Amino acid sequence: MPQTFAEKILAKKAGLSHTVPGQIVDITPDVALSHDNTAPIYGIFKEMGGQRVFDPKMHAVFIDHAAPAPTTKHAENHRIIRDFVREQGIENFFDVGRGICHQVLVEEGLALPGEVVLGSDSHSPHAGVMGAFGAGIGRSEMASIWAVGSLWLRVPESMKIAVNGQFNPGVTAKDLALKVIDDLGADGALYMSVEWHGEAIRSLDLSQRATLPNMMAEMGAKNSFIPPDQVTLDYLAGRAKRPFELVLPDEDAAYAQSYTYEAAAIEPMVARPHTVDNVMPLSEVAGTRVQQAFLGTCTNGRLEDLAAAAAVLKGRKVSPGTRLLIIPASSQVYLDALRAGYIETFLEAGAAIESPGCGPCMGNHMGVPAVGEVSISTANRNFRGRMGTKESEIYLASPAVVAATAVAGVITHPKDI
Amino acid sequence: MNNIIKGRVWKYGDNVNTDVIFPGKYTYTVSDPKEMPQYALEDLDPKFANEMQPGDIIIGGTNWGCGSSREQAVVCLSQANLGAIVAKSFARIYYRNCLNNALPALPCPKAVDAIQNGETIEVDLAAGEIRCAAGTFNFPPLPDAVMDIFEAGGLIEYTRAKLEKERV
Ligand code: SF4
Repeated sequence: MPQTFAEKILAKKAGLSHTVPGQIVDITPDVALSHDNTAPIYGIFKEMGGQRVFDPKMHAVFIDHAAPAPTTKHAENHRIIRDFVREQGIENFFDVGRGICHQVLVEEGLALPGEVVLGSDSHSPHAGVMGAFGAGIGRSEMASIWAVGSLWLRVPESMKIAVNGQFNPGVTAKDLALKVIDDLGADGALYMSVEWHGEAIRSLDLSQRATLPNMMAEMGAKNSFIPPDQVTLDYLAGRAKRPFELVLPDEDAAYAQSYTYEAAAIEPMVARPHTVDNVMPLSEVAGTRVQQAFLGTCTNGRLEDLAAAAAVLKGRKVSPGTRLLIIPASSQVYLDALRAGYIETFLEAGAAIESPGCGPCMGNHMGVPAVGEVSISTANRNFRGRMGTKESEIYLASPAVVAATAVAGVITHPKDI
Repeated sequence: MNNIIKGRVWKYGDNVNTDVIFPGKYTYTVSDPKEMPQYALEDLDPKFANEMQPGDIIIGGTNWGCGSSREQAVVCLSQANLGAIVAKSFARIYYRNCLNNALPALPCPKAVDAIQNGETIEVDLAAGEIRCAAGTFNFPPLPDAVMDIFEAGGLIEYTRAKLEKERV
Protein backbone atom coordinates (compact mmCIF):
# COMPACT_ATOMS: atom_id res chain seq x y z
CA MET A 1 0.00 0.00 0.00
CA PRO A 2 1.69 3.25 -1.14
CA GLN A 3 2.06 5.76 1.67
CA THR A 4 2.88 9.41 2.19
CA PHE A 5 5.74 10.42 4.48
CA ALA A 6 3.50 10.96 7.51
CA GLU A 7 1.62 7.69 7.02
CA LYS A 8 4.85 5.78 6.64
CA ILE A 9 6.86 7.23 9.51
CA LEU A 10 3.98 7.00 11.99
CA ALA A 11 3.40 3.36 10.96
CA LYS A 12 7.09 2.65 11.46
CA LYS A 13 7.18 4.26 14.88
CA ALA A 14 3.97 2.53 15.97
CA GLY A 15 5.22 -0.86 14.77
CA LEU A 16 2.49 -1.17 12.11
CA SER A 17 2.73 -2.13 8.43
CA HIS A 18 0.78 0.97 7.38
CA THR A 19 -1.50 3.71 8.72
CA VAL A 20 -4.36 5.73 7.25
CA PRO A 21 -5.27 9.39 7.83
CA GLY A 22 -7.45 9.81 10.91
CA GLN A 23 -5.99 6.76 12.63
CA ILE A 24 -4.58 7.32 16.10
CA VAL A 25 -1.25 5.82 17.02
CA ASP A 26 0.85 5.78 20.16
CA ILE A 27 4.37 7.04 19.52
CA THR A 28 7.60 7.26 21.48
CA PRO A 29 9.37 10.29 20.00
CA ASP A 30 13.09 10.25 19.33
CA VAL A 31 13.35 13.83 20.58
CA ALA A 32 11.23 15.70 23.13
CA LEU A 33 12.08 19.39 22.66
CA SER A 34 11.28 22.01 25.27
CA HIS A 35 12.61 25.52 25.82
CA ASP A 36 12.01 28.20 28.44
CA ASN A 37 8.67 26.45 29.08
CA THR A 38 10.60 23.50 30.54
CA ALA A 39 10.04 24.99 34.01
CA PRO A 40 6.19 25.08 33.88
CA ILE A 41 6.18 21.63 32.22
CA TYR A 42 8.27 20.37 35.11
CA GLY A 43 5.52 21.67 37.41
CA ILE A 44 2.86 19.65 35.55
CA PHE A 45 5.18 16.63 35.53
CA LYS A 46 5.35 16.77 39.31
CA GLU A 47 1.58 17.28 39.55
CA MET A 48 1.22 14.05 37.57
CA GLY A 49 3.32 12.32 40.20
CA GLY A 50 6.42 12.19 38.00
CA GLN A 51 9.76 11.63 39.70
CA ARG A 52 12.30 10.44 37.12
CA VAL A 53 11.89 11.24 33.41
CA PHE A 54 11.20 8.22 31.19
CA ASP A 55 14.42 8.61 29.18
CA PRO A 56 16.87 11.49 29.75
CA LYS A 57 18.42 10.84 26.32
CA MET A 58 15.15 11.74 24.60
CA HIS A 59 15.25 15.32 25.93
CA ALA A 60 16.59 18.38 24.19
CA VAL A 61 16.29 21.43 26.43
CA PHE A 62 17.06 24.98 25.36
CA ILE A 63 17.05 28.36 27.03
CA ASP A 64 16.40 30.69 24.11
CA HIS A 65 13.09 32.55 24.35
CA ALA A 66 14.19 35.15 26.88
CA ALA A 67 17.94 34.65 27.01
CA PRO A 68 19.93 36.12 28.67
CA ALA A 69 17.24 36.71 31.30
CA PRO A 70 15.62 40.16 31.00
CA THR A 71 14.04 40.11 34.50
CA THR A 72 14.45 38.37 37.85
CA LYS A 73 11.34 36.32 37.10
CA HIS A 74 12.87 35.02 33.88
CA ALA A 75 16.14 34.30 35.70
CA GLU A 76 14.27 32.23 38.29
CA ASN A 77 12.62 30.31 35.48
CA HIS A 78 16.06 29.57 34.02
CA ARG A 79 17.33 28.44 37.41
CA ILE A 80 14.51 25.88 37.70
CA ILE A 81 15.42 24.55 34.24
CA ARG A 82 19.08 24.18 35.16
CA ASP A 83 18.13 22.36 38.37
CA PHE A 84 15.83 20.09 36.37
CA VAL A 85 18.45 19.05 33.81
CA ARG A 86 21.05 18.45 36.51
CA GLU A 87 18.67 16.45 38.67
CA GLN A 88 17.43 14.29 35.75
CA GLY A 89 20.81 13.80 34.06
CA ILE A 90 19.79 15.46 30.78
CA GLU A 91 22.82 15.86 28.54
CA ASN A 92 21.30 17.68 25.58
CA PHE A 93 20.93 20.97 27.38
CA PHE A 94 21.78 24.25 25.66
CA ASP A 95 22.02 27.26 27.91
CA VAL A 96 21.82 31.01 27.27
CA GLY A 97 23.79 32.10 24.21
CA ARG A 98 23.78 28.82 22.27
CA GLY A 99 20.79 29.85 20.18
CA ILE A 100 17.23 29.11 19.05
CA CYS A 101 15.96 25.58 19.75
CA HIS A 102 14.95 24.63 16.19
CA GLN A 103 18.24 25.81 14.69
CA VAL A 104 20.45 24.31 17.39
CA LEU A 105 18.62 20.95 17.19
CA VAL A 106 19.67 20.74 13.53
CA GLU A 107 23.24 21.94 14.16
CA GLU A 108 23.71 19.43 16.96
CA GLY A 109 22.73 16.54 14.71
CA LEU A 110 19.66 15.82 16.84
CA ALA A 111 17.04 16.38 14.10
CA LEU A 112 17.50 13.29 11.96
CA PRO A 113 15.83 11.75 8.90
CA GLY A 114 13.22 9.14 9.72
CA GLU A 115 12.90 10.29 13.33
CA VAL A 116 10.07 11.93 15.27
CA VAL A 117 10.61 15.25 17.05
CA LEU A 118 7.80 16.42 19.32
CA GLY A 119 8.26 19.89 20.75
CA SER A 120 6.35 22.14 23.11
CA ASP A 121 6.76 24.90 20.56
CA SER A 122 4.49 25.63 17.63
CA HIS A 123 7.35 25.83 15.13
CA SER A 124 8.49 22.27 15.81
CA PRO A 125 7.61 21.30 12.19
CA HIS A 126 10.99 22.96 11.48
CA ALA A 127 12.73 19.59 12.01
CA GLY A 128 11.13 18.47 8.72
CA VAL A 129 14.04 20.20 6.95
CA MET A 130 16.14 17.14 7.81
CA GLY A 131 13.45 14.65 6.80
CA ALA A 132 12.18 14.21 10.36
CA PHE A 133 8.55 14.29 11.48
CA GLY A 134 8.37 17.41 13.67
CA ALA A 135 5.16 18.49 15.40
CA GLY A 136 4.15 20.89 18.16
CA ILE A 137 2.28 19.69 21.26
CA GLY A 138 0.86 21.23 24.43
CA ARG A 139 2.51 21.51 27.82
CA SER A 140 0.51 18.76 29.57
CA GLU A 141 1.26 16.49 26.64
CA MET A 142 4.98 17.16 26.98
CA ALA A 143 4.79 16.46 30.72
CA SER A 144 3.05 13.19 29.95
CA ILE A 145 5.81 12.19 27.49
CA TRP A 146 8.42 12.92 30.15
CA ALA A 147 6.50 10.69 32.54
CA VAL A 148 5.52 7.70 30.41
CA GLY A 149 7.58 8.08 27.24
CA SER A 150 4.80 8.18 24.66
CA LEU A 151 1.88 10.18 23.30
CA TRP A 152 -1.04 9.58 20.96
CA LEU A 153 -0.92 11.20 17.54
CA ARG A 154 -3.54 11.35 14.79
CA VAL A 155 -2.19 10.37 11.38
CA PRO A 156 -2.63 13.53 9.29
CA GLU A 157 -3.90 13.88 5.75
CA SER A 158 -1.04 14.84 3.42
CA MET A 159 -0.58 17.76 1.04
CA LYS A 160 1.98 17.74 -1.75
CA ILE A 161 3.50 20.99 -2.98
CA ALA A 162 5.70 20.57 -6.05
CA VAL A 163 7.84 23.50 -7.14
CA ASN A 164 9.27 23.27 -10.66
CA GLY A 165 12.12 25.10 -12.34
CA GLN A 166 14.47 27.60 -10.73
CA PHE A 167 13.97 30.72 -8.63
CA ASN A 168 14.98 34.05 -10.11
CA PRO A 169 17.98 35.76 -8.44
CA GLY A 170 16.90 37.55 -5.25
CA VAL A 171 13.85 35.34 -4.75
CA THR A 172 14.05 33.09 -1.68
CA ALA A 173 12.23 30.28 0.09
CA LYS A 174 10.71 32.96 2.33
CA ASP A 175 8.96 34.46 -0.70
CA LEU A 176 7.71 31.02 -1.72
CA ALA A 177 6.40 30.32 1.79
CA LEU A 178 4.57 33.67 1.89
CA LYS A 179 3.12 33.09 -1.58
CA VAL A 180 1.78 29.65 -0.61
CA ILE A 181 0.32 30.94 2.67
CA ASP A 182 -1.30 33.78 0.71
CA ASP A 183 -2.85 31.32 -1.73
CA LEU A 184 -4.04 28.71 0.76
CA GLY A 185 -4.76 30.86 3.83
CA ALA A 186 -3.90 30.57 7.52
CA ASP A 187 -5.91 27.33 7.78
CA GLY A 188 -4.92 26.03 4.35
CA ALA A 189 -3.08 23.00 5.72
CA LEU A 190 -5.03 22.51 8.92
CA TYR A 191 -3.88 19.35 10.66
CA MET A 192 -2.04 18.26 7.52
CA SER A 193 1.40 16.99 6.70
CA VAL A 194 2.86 19.27 4.01
CA GLU A 195 5.48 17.71 1.73
CA TRP A 196 7.73 19.80 -0.51
CA HIS A 197 8.84 18.27 -3.80
CA GLY A 198 10.32 19.33 -7.11
CA GLU A 199 13.49 20.59 -8.70
CA ALA A 200 13.31 24.07 -7.18
CA ILE A 201 13.20 22.66 -3.64
CA ARG A 202 16.14 20.33 -4.35
CA SER A 203 18.19 23.26 -5.61
CA LEU A 204 17.80 25.22 -2.36
CA ASP A 205 20.49 25.08 0.31
CA LEU A 206 19.50 23.62 3.70
CA SER A 207 19.23 27.06 5.23
CA GLN A 208 16.53 28.13 2.78
CA ARG A 209 14.82 24.77 2.87
CA ALA A 210 14.40 25.17 6.64
CA THR A 211 12.25 28.26 6.16
CA LEU A 212 9.54 26.17 4.46
CA PRO A 213 8.61 23.65 7.21
CA ASN A 214 9.20 26.39 9.77
CA MET A 215 6.52 28.60 8.19
CA MET A 216 4.01 25.82 7.61
CA ALA A 217 2.95 26.27 11.24
CA GLU A 218 1.36 29.50 9.95
CA MET A 219 -0.86 27.46 7.61
CA GLY A 220 -2.07 25.18 10.43
CA ALA A 221 0.12 22.23 9.42
CA LYS A 222 0.92 19.48 11.88
CA ASN A 223 4.29 18.75 10.29
CA SER A 224 6.11 19.51 7.06
CA PHE A 225 8.66 17.44 5.22
CA ILE A 226 11.53 18.03 2.81
CA PRO A 227 12.86 14.81 1.28
CA PRO A 228 16.44 14.29 2.48
CA ASP A 229 18.98 14.08 -0.35
CA GLN A 230 22.77 14.10 -0.75
CA VAL A 231 22.91 17.67 0.56
CA THR A 232 21.19 16.53 3.76
CA LEU A 233 23.41 13.47 4.13
CA ASP A 234 26.60 15.50 3.57
CA TYR A 235 25.52 17.92 6.29
CA LEU A 236 24.84 15.07 8.70
CA ALA A 237 28.11 13.25 8.04
CA GLY A 238 30.08 13.39 11.28
CA ARG A 239 27.32 15.44 12.88
CA ALA A 240 24.41 13.03 13.42
CA LYS A 241 24.22 11.96 17.05
CA ARG A 242 22.71 8.56 16.19
CA PRO A 243 22.51 6.20 13.25
CA PHE A 244 19.34 6.91 11.28
CA GLU A 245 17.27 5.47 8.47
CA LEU A 246 15.61 7.55 5.74
CA VAL A 247 11.84 7.42 5.48
CA LEU A 248 10.63 8.62 2.07
CA PRO A 249 7.08 8.81 0.71
CA ASP A 250 6.13 6.31 -1.99
CA GLU A 251 5.98 7.64 -5.56
CA ASP A 252 2.32 6.73 -5.98
CA ALA A 253 1.11 7.75 -2.51
CA ALA A 254 -2.34 9.35 -2.38
CA TYR A 255 -2.46 13.01 -1.29
CA ALA A 256 -5.58 14.76 -0.02
CA GLN A 257 -4.43 17.90 -1.88
CA SER A 258 -1.71 18.64 -4.43
CA TYR A 259 -0.40 21.96 -5.74
CA THR A 260 2.20 22.85 -8.33
CA TYR A 261 4.18 26.08 -8.46
CA GLU A 262 6.64 27.43 -11.04
CA ALA A 263 9.62 28.87 -9.16
CA ALA A 264 10.29 31.45 -11.86
CA ALA A 265 6.82 32.95 -11.30
CA ILE A 266 7.51 33.71 -7.61
CA GLU A 267 8.49 37.29 -6.83
CA PRO A 268 9.61 38.89 -3.54
CA MET A 269 6.62 38.92 -1.18
CA VAL A 270 5.80 40.77 2.05
CA ALA A 271 3.22 39.88 4.73
CA ARG A 272 1.44 42.97 5.99
CA PRO A 273 0.01 43.55 9.48
CA HIS A 274 -1.57 41.73 11.29
CA THR A 275 -1.83 38.23 9.80
CA VAL A 276 0.69 36.06 7.99
CA ASP A 277 -1.73 35.38 5.12
CA ASN A 278 -2.15 39.11 4.41
CA VAL A 279 0.50 38.96 1.70
CA MET A 280 1.39 41.38 -1.13
CA PRO A 281 4.12 41.48 -3.74
CA LEU A 282 6.99 43.66 -2.47
CA SER A 283 6.36 46.18 -5.26
CA GLU A 284 2.96 47.03 -3.76
CA VAL A 285 4.17 47.84 -0.24
CA ALA A 286 7.45 49.51 -1.24
CA GLY A 287 7.79 52.98 0.28
CA THR A 288 6.22 52.17 3.66
CA ARG A 289 8.24 53.94 6.38
CA VAL A 290 9.87 51.62 8.92
CA GLN A 291 11.45 52.47 12.29
CA GLN A 292 12.84 49.02 13.15
CA ALA A 293 14.30 46.30 10.95
CA PHE A 294 14.96 42.91 12.54
CA LEU A 295 17.13 40.19 11.00
CA GLY A 296 17.08 36.92 12.92
CA THR A 297 14.76 34.15 14.29
CA CYS A 298 14.45 30.45 13.52
CA THR A 299 12.87 31.39 10.19
CA ASN A 300 15.72 33.46 8.73
CA GLY A 301 18.63 33.89 11.15
CA ARG A 302 21.12 31.50 9.56
CA LEU A 303 24.51 32.18 7.94
CA GLU A 304 23.06 32.36 4.40
CA ASP A 305 20.45 34.87 5.63
CA LEU A 306 23.16 37.00 7.21
CA ALA A 307 25.22 36.70 4.01
CA ALA A 308 22.30 38.00 1.93
CA ALA A 309 21.92 40.95 4.30
CA ALA A 310 25.67 41.62 4.38
CA ALA A 311 25.75 41.76 0.58
CA VAL A 312 23.16 44.55 0.72
CA LEU A 313 24.76 46.38 3.66
CA LYS A 314 28.38 46.24 2.51
CA GLY A 315 29.68 49.82 2.31
CA ARG A 316 26.26 51.27 3.18
CA LYS A 317 24.73 52.79 6.32
CA VAL A 318 21.46 52.16 8.10
CA SER A 319 19.12 55.09 7.45
CA PRO A 320 18.86 57.72 10.21
CA GLY A 321 15.46 57.25 11.83
CA THR A 322 15.60 53.48 11.36
CA ARG A 323 17.45 50.96 13.50
CA LEU A 324 18.64 47.54 12.42
CA LEU A 325 18.76 44.67 14.94
CA ILE A 326 20.64 41.52 14.04
CA ILE A 327 20.46 38.33 16.08
CA PRO A 328 22.25 35.27 14.71
CA ALA A 329 20.09 32.16 15.24
CA SER A 330 22.91 30.36 17.06
CA SER A 331 26.43 30.80 18.40
CA GLN A 332 27.68 28.72 15.45
CA VAL A 333 26.00 31.09 12.99
CA TYR A 334 27.51 34.01 14.92
CA LEU A 335 31.01 32.53 14.74
CA ASP A 336 30.71 31.69 11.04
CA ALA A 337 29.39 35.20 10.32
CA LEU A 338 32.28 36.68 12.27
CA ARG A 339 34.83 34.66 10.29
CA ALA A 340 33.15 35.56 7.01
CA GLY A 341 33.39 39.27 7.86
CA TYR A 342 29.62 39.86 7.98
CA ILE A 343 29.65 41.02 11.59
CA GLU A 344 32.18 43.72 10.67
CA THR A 345 29.97 44.78 7.77
CA PHE A 346 26.93 44.97 10.07
CA LEU A 347 28.71 47.02 12.73
CA GLU A 348 30.14 49.39 10.13
CA ALA A 349 26.65 49.84 8.72
CA GLY A 350 25.42 50.83 12.18
CA ALA A 351 23.47 47.70 13.15
CA ALA A 352 22.96 46.50 16.75
CA ILE A 353 23.98 42.87 17.22
CA GLU A 354 22.53 40.84 20.08
CA SER A 355 23.21 37.47 21.68
CA PRO A 356 21.77 34.40 19.85
CA GLY A 357 18.17 33.57 20.83
CA CYS A 358 14.61 34.58 19.97
CA GLY A 359 15.05 38.19 21.10
CA PRO A 360 12.16 40.46 20.09
CA CYS A 361 10.48 37.82 17.86
CA MET A 362 7.84 37.25 20.53
CA GLY A 363 8.27 40.53 22.33
CA ASN A 364 10.32 39.40 25.30
CA HIS A 365 13.22 41.83 25.05
CA MET A 366 16.13 43.18 22.96
CA GLY A 367 14.18 45.34 20.55
CA VAL A 368 10.54 45.86 21.48
CA PRO A 369 8.95 48.52 19.23
CA ALA A 370 7.44 51.76 20.57
CA VAL A 371 3.74 52.55 20.25
CA GLY A 372 2.89 53.51 16.70
CA GLU A 373 6.13 52.20 15.22
CA VAL A 374 6.45 49.97 12.18
CA SER A 375 8.82 47.00 12.11
CA ILE A 376 9.96 44.81 9.27
CA SER A 377 11.21 41.41 10.31
CA THR A 378 12.50 38.13 8.91
CA ALA A 379 10.33 36.19 11.42
CA ASN A 380 7.32 33.97 10.77
CA ARG A 381 4.55 35.79 12.69
CA ASN A 382 3.20 39.32 12.56
CA PHE A 383 0.16 39.04 14.84
CA ARG A 384 -0.88 42.18 16.64
CA GLY A 385 1.31 42.60 19.70
CA ARG A 386 3.64 39.76 18.69
CA MET A 387 6.79 41.84 19.25
CA GLY A 388 5.52 43.08 22.60
CA THR A 389 3.69 46.26 21.62
CA LYS A 390 0.03 45.97 20.70
CA GLU A 391 -0.15 49.35 19.00
CA SER A 392 2.55 48.69 16.44
CA GLU A 393 2.77 47.05 13.03
CA ILE A 394 4.93 44.20 11.74
CA TYR A 395 5.78 43.38 8.12
CA LEU A 396 7.48 40.08 7.26
CA ALA A 397 10.01 39.69 4.45
CA SER A 398 13.23 38.00 3.36
CA PRO A 399 16.66 38.98 4.79
CA ALA A 400 17.77 40.99 1.74
CA VAL A 401 14.54 43.01 1.76
CA VAL A 402 14.87 43.68 5.49
CA ALA A 403 18.47 44.86 4.97
CA ALA A 404 17.54 47.06 1.99
CA THR A 405 14.70 48.55 4.02
CA ALA A 406 17.08 49.36 6.88
CA VAL A 407 19.30 51.25 4.43
CA ALA A 408 16.46 53.14 2.73
CA GLY A 409 14.27 53.68 5.81
CA VAL A 410 11.26 52.60 3.77
CA ILE A 411 10.31 49.14 2.48
CA THR A 412 12.59 48.69 -0.50
CA HIS A 413 13.59 46.11 -3.10
CA PRO A 414 17.34 45.35 -2.76
CA LYS A 415 17.89 46.27 -6.42
CA ASP A 416 16.56 49.78 -5.76
CA ILE A 417 19.21 50.97 -3.30
CA MET B 1 -17.44 7.17 30.93
CA ASN B 2 -20.79 7.03 29.20
CA ASN B 3 -20.52 5.59 25.71
CA ILE B 4 -23.92 6.93 24.66
CA ILE B 5 -24.33 10.69 24.75
CA LYS B 6 -27.79 12.14 24.23
CA GLY B 7 -28.47 15.85 24.17
CA ARG B 8 -29.79 18.96 22.55
CA VAL B 9 -27.90 20.44 19.62
CA TRP B 10 -26.36 23.91 19.64
CA LYS B 11 -25.34 24.56 16.05
CA TYR B 12 -22.78 27.16 14.94
CA GLY B 13 -20.83 28.04 11.79
CA ASP B 14 -17.31 27.90 10.34
CA ASN B 15 -14.06 29.23 11.83
CA VAL B 16 -15.35 29.72 15.37
CA ASN B 17 -12.20 30.86 17.15
CA THR B 18 -11.12 30.42 20.75
CA ASP B 19 -11.58 34.14 21.43
CA VAL B 20 -15.36 33.81 21.12
CA ILE B 21 -15.41 30.43 22.90
CA PHE B 22 -13.54 31.80 25.92
CA PRO B 23 -12.88 35.56 25.68
CA GLY B 24 -9.26 36.63 25.99
CA LYS B 25 -10.10 39.17 28.70
CA TYR B 26 -10.72 36.29 31.13
CA THR B 27 -7.60 34.30 30.38
CA TYR B 28 -5.60 35.85 33.21
CA THR B 29 -8.45 36.73 35.58
CA VAL B 30 -10.37 33.42 35.66
CA SER B 31 -8.08 30.56 36.58
CA ASP B 32 -10.39 28.20 38.50
CA PRO B 33 -11.77 25.66 35.99
CA LYS B 34 -15.07 25.57 37.90
CA GLU B 35 -15.67 29.26 37.17
CA MET B 36 -15.04 28.91 33.44
CA PRO B 37 -18.41 27.50 32.20
CA GLN B 38 -20.26 30.76 32.93
CA TYR B 39 -18.20 32.50 30.21
CA ALA B 40 -18.47 29.73 27.60
CA LEU B 41 -19.31 31.07 24.12
CA GLU B 42 -19.99 34.48 25.64
CA ASP B 43 -19.14 36.37 22.45
CA LEU B 44 -20.84 33.85 20.13
CA ASP B 45 -24.12 32.95 21.83
CA PRO B 46 -24.91 34.72 25.12
CA LYS B 47 -27.79 32.26 25.84
CA PHE B 48 -25.55 29.21 25.76
CA ALA B 49 -23.96 29.39 29.21
CA ASN B 50 -27.30 29.72 31.01
CA GLU B 51 -29.36 27.29 29.01
CA MET B 52 -27.09 24.41 28.10
CA GLN B 53 -27.62 21.15 29.96
CA PRO B 54 -25.04 18.47 30.71
CA GLY B 55 -24.88 16.10 27.75
CA ASP B 56 -25.78 18.76 25.17
CA ILE B 57 -23.86 18.65 21.91
CA ILE B 58 -22.23 21.46 19.94
CA ILE B 59 -22.26 21.21 16.15
CA GLY B 60 -19.60 23.32 14.45
CA GLY B 61 -18.47 23.98 10.88
CA THR B 62 -14.91 23.89 9.60
CA ASN B 63 -11.84 24.83 11.67
CA TRP B 64 -13.67 24.83 15.03
CA GLY B 65 -11.41 26.27 17.75
CA CYS B 66 -8.95 28.13 15.54
CA GLY B 67 -6.74 30.99 16.77
CA SER B 68 -5.05 31.06 20.16
CA SER B 69 -4.23 27.64 21.59
CA ARG B 70 -5.68 28.50 25.02
CA GLU B 71 -6.85 25.34 26.77
CA GLN B 72 -9.55 27.28 28.67
CA ALA B 73 -11.63 27.24 25.47
CA VAL B 74 -12.00 23.51 25.98
CA VAL B 75 -12.11 23.48 29.78
CA CYS B 76 -15.06 25.93 29.91
CA LEU B 77 -17.07 23.30 27.98
CA SER B 78 -15.74 20.10 29.55
CA GLN B 79 -16.34 21.54 33.03
CA ALA B 80 -19.96 22.23 32.03
CA ASN B 81 -20.22 18.54 31.09
CA LEU B 82 -20.90 19.23 27.46
CA GLY B 83 -21.51 15.84 25.82
CA ALA B 84 -19.49 16.25 22.64
CA ILE B 85 -18.49 18.58 19.81
CA VAL B 86 -19.21 17.38 16.28
CA ALA B 87 -17.64 19.58 13.59
CA LYS B 88 -16.62 19.50 9.95
CA SER B 89 -13.03 19.99 11.11
CA PHE B 90 -11.12 21.10 14.20
CA ALA B 91 -8.08 23.31 14.65
CA ARG B 92 -5.28 20.93 15.55
CA ILE B 93 -4.38 22.02 19.06
CA TYR B 94 -8.05 22.53 19.97
CA TYR B 95 -8.75 18.95 18.93
CA ARG B 96 -5.91 17.62 21.05
CA ASN B 97 -6.95 19.76 24.01
CA CYS B 98 -10.49 18.29 23.76
CA LEU B 99 -9.43 14.70 23.79
CA ASN B 100 -6.86 15.31 26.52
CA ASN B 101 -9.62 16.90 28.62
CA ALA B 102 -11.93 13.94 27.94
CA LEU B 103 -14.33 15.93 25.76
CA PRO B 104 -15.28 13.95 22.62
CA ALA B 105 -14.35 15.94 19.48
CA LEU B 106 -15.78 14.18 16.45
CA PRO B 107 -15.06 15.23 12.87
CA CYS B 108 -18.11 14.30 10.75
CA PRO B 109 -18.93 16.76 7.91
CA LYS B 110 -22.00 14.85 6.65
CA ALA B 111 -23.65 14.82 10.07
CA VAL B 112 -23.00 18.54 10.48
CA ASP B 113 -24.89 19.28 7.26
CA ALA B 114 -27.83 17.06 8.25
CA ILE B 115 -28.32 18.00 11.89
CA GLN B 116 -30.75 20.82 12.75
CA ASN B 117 -30.19 23.34 15.51
CA GLY B 118 -32.22 22.46 18.61
CA GLU B 119 -32.94 18.81 17.81
CA THR B 120 -31.95 16.03 20.17
CA ILE B 121 -29.34 13.61 18.88
CA GLU B 122 -27.46 10.59 20.12
CA VAL B 123 -23.74 9.90 19.83
CA ASP B 124 -22.52 6.36 20.32
CA LEU B 125 -18.78 6.59 21.00
CA ALA B 126 -18.07 2.87 20.96
CA ALA B 127 -19.99 2.23 17.73
CA GLY B 128 -18.79 5.43 16.07
CA GLU B 129 -22.35 6.54 15.23
CA ILE B 130 -24.29 9.76 15.32
CA ARG B 131 -28.06 9.21 15.27
CA CYS B 132 -30.24 12.20 14.39
CA ALA B 133 -33.60 12.91 12.73
CA ALA B 134 -32.00 12.78 9.28
CA GLY B 135 -30.45 9.36 9.82
CA THR B 136 -27.33 7.70 11.12
CA PHE B 137 -23.82 8.94 10.36
CA ASN B 138 -20.53 7.23 11.08
CA PHE B 139 -17.31 8.67 12.40
CA PRO B 140 -14.10 6.71 12.93
CA PRO B 141 -14.44 5.19 16.40
CA LEU B 142 -12.08 6.63 18.99
CA PRO B 143 -9.23 4.21 19.46
CA ASP B 144 -8.57 2.43 22.73
CA ALA B 145 -5.65 4.72 23.58
CA VAL B 146 -7.91 7.79 23.56
CA MET B 147 -10.81 5.95 25.26
CA ASP B 148 -8.42 5.13 28.10
CA ILE B 149 -7.64 8.85 28.51
CA PHE B 150 -11.40 9.54 28.52
CA GLU B 151 -12.08 6.92 31.13
CA ALA B 152 -9.36 8.32 33.40
CA GLY B 153 -10.93 11.78 33.11
CA GLY B 154 -8.17 13.42 31.07
CA LEU B 155 -4.47 13.25 30.31
CA ILE B 156 -3.12 14.49 33.65
CA GLU B 157 -5.21 11.95 35.59
CA TYR B 158 -4.43 9.26 33.05
CA THR B 159 -0.68 9.77 33.34
CA ARG B 160 -0.87 9.94 37.11
CA ALA B 161 -2.73 6.60 37.26
CA LYS B 162 -0.31 5.02 34.80
CA LEU B 163 2.68 6.11 36.88
CA GLU B 164 1.10 4.82 40.09
CA LYS B 165 0.46 1.46 38.47
CA GLU B 166 4.07 1.21 37.31
CA ARG B 167 5.34 1.84 40.82
CA VAL B 168 3.36 -0.98 42.40
S1 SF4 C 1 12.61 32.73 16.98
FE1 SF4 C 1 10.47 33.31 17.26
S2 SF4 C 1 9.28 31.77 16.16
FE2 SF4 C 1 11.36 30.95 16.41
S3 SF4 C 1 11.26 29.71 18.28
FE3 SF4 C 1 11.91 31.78 18.88
S4 SF4 C 1 10.02 32.87 19.42
FE4 SF4 C 1 9.43 31.03 18.26
